[in-house]
Amino acid sequence: MAKSLAQEFAKGLWEEIPPFRLVLGLCPILAVTKTVENGVGMGLATTFVLLGSNLFVSLLRKVIPAKVRIACFIIIIATFVTVVELVMQAYAYPLFLKLGIFIPLIVVNCIVLGRSEAFAYKNGVLPSLADGLGIGIGFTISLGALGGVRELLGSGTLTFWEKPAFVMTDIAPAFQPFQFMVEAPGAFVGLGLMLCLMNLVGSK
Amino acid sequence: MGDYIVLIISCIFINNILLAQYLGNCPFLGTSKKMETAVGMAFAVVFVLVMAGVITWVVNQYVLTRFGLEYLRTIAFILVIASLVQFVEMFLKKSIPALYAGLGIFLPLITTNCAVMGVCLINVNEEYTFVQAIVSSFAYAIGFGLALILFAGVRERIMLARVPKPLEDTSIGLVTAGILSLTFFAFKGMV
Repeated sequence: MAKSLAQEFAKGLWEEIPPFRLVLGLCPILAVTKTVENGVGMGLATTFVLLGSNLFVSLLRKVIPAKVRIACFIIIIATFVTVVELVMQAYAYPLFLKLGIFIPLIVVNCIVLGRSEAFAYKNGVLPSLADGLGIGIGFTISLGALGGVRELLGSGTLTFWEKPAFVMTDIAPAFQPFQFMVEAPGAFVGLGLMLCLMNLVGSK
Repeated sequence: MGDYIVLIISCIFINNILLAQYLGNCPFLGTSKKMETAVGMAFAVVFVLVMAGVITWVVNQYVLTRFGLEYLRTIAFILVIASLVQFVEMFLKKSIPALYAGLGIFLPLITTNCAVMGVCLINVNEEYTFVQAIVSSFAYAIGFGLALILFAGVRERIMLARVPKPLEDTSIGLVTAGILSLTFFAFKGMV
């Protein structure tokens, strides 16, 4: 690989930022982005799983037979998801309750499996870690951004750690919360429009 | 009996797996460009989801809960689903080749369809009985198929329309899904 570690890391932030460049892992993006906090929490959990699975897949890539590789990847991923699940239950219980079944569902998040298959299985340990970290942080930024937009328009606040950090009615007293944005339809439309914006910026 | 009808209606329309619970969206956007692939995916999901729902319920009740191994649920469920998909694939290839050819590449893709895993987890979290679990798995799968086929129909028409360049493809697909989701949203007050 001619690319440096920094390049492997940086490509996750813009060039291949999920879900905009790689249209994968849509379910958590749509489901948990009602608030910034949930979005970022989910992003960090996914980043941890990505790092762990990329590390182990790249370490074991010479040992795993090609025919059963998908099954092996899934077991590695499922193990890390269980770790995240137990840790969150112990130290971030309110967030764990809010994210609900989407924590165990990281197992079937196509981004994680996709990176194992497309990158970690073919590359060494350090590039794989850089790739996992880059894609994970890119994913966290996307989730945070979509969560921010939806929360700001849908409920008129931005909340961090249970405290409202910013209230829309402070600067615009006539603001009415736009309920549509925090419900299911708003998630689809919001993501669609963000994708459109990315295409607009990217094509110039 | 009435309870089951309420359960079926709520699983198909009110809590539609794709448009209200946001599960299984990758195949939803990936296979909805053509009606043919959408129908294939819908049938494959109905088939696997019902079987997975039944088997994971049994595994959860008689293995995990019984031996106090609930913390292994994620690993156990994904293993059950992955091996079930593999088994179904081999079985169909051998005994019903026509169906196998019809479902084709959609079968292996179902392993990473979060709708399957999601419904199995919902069945456990809601503490459904065995019969309720079968009914809800089936109804969720029908809801998945219904939304997917409706969406594919809309999307085939959109292909013919002229869409602004940055909105093309996935972007317009997501906005359309949003509008479709809005129509399902109207079912909310029903039960």
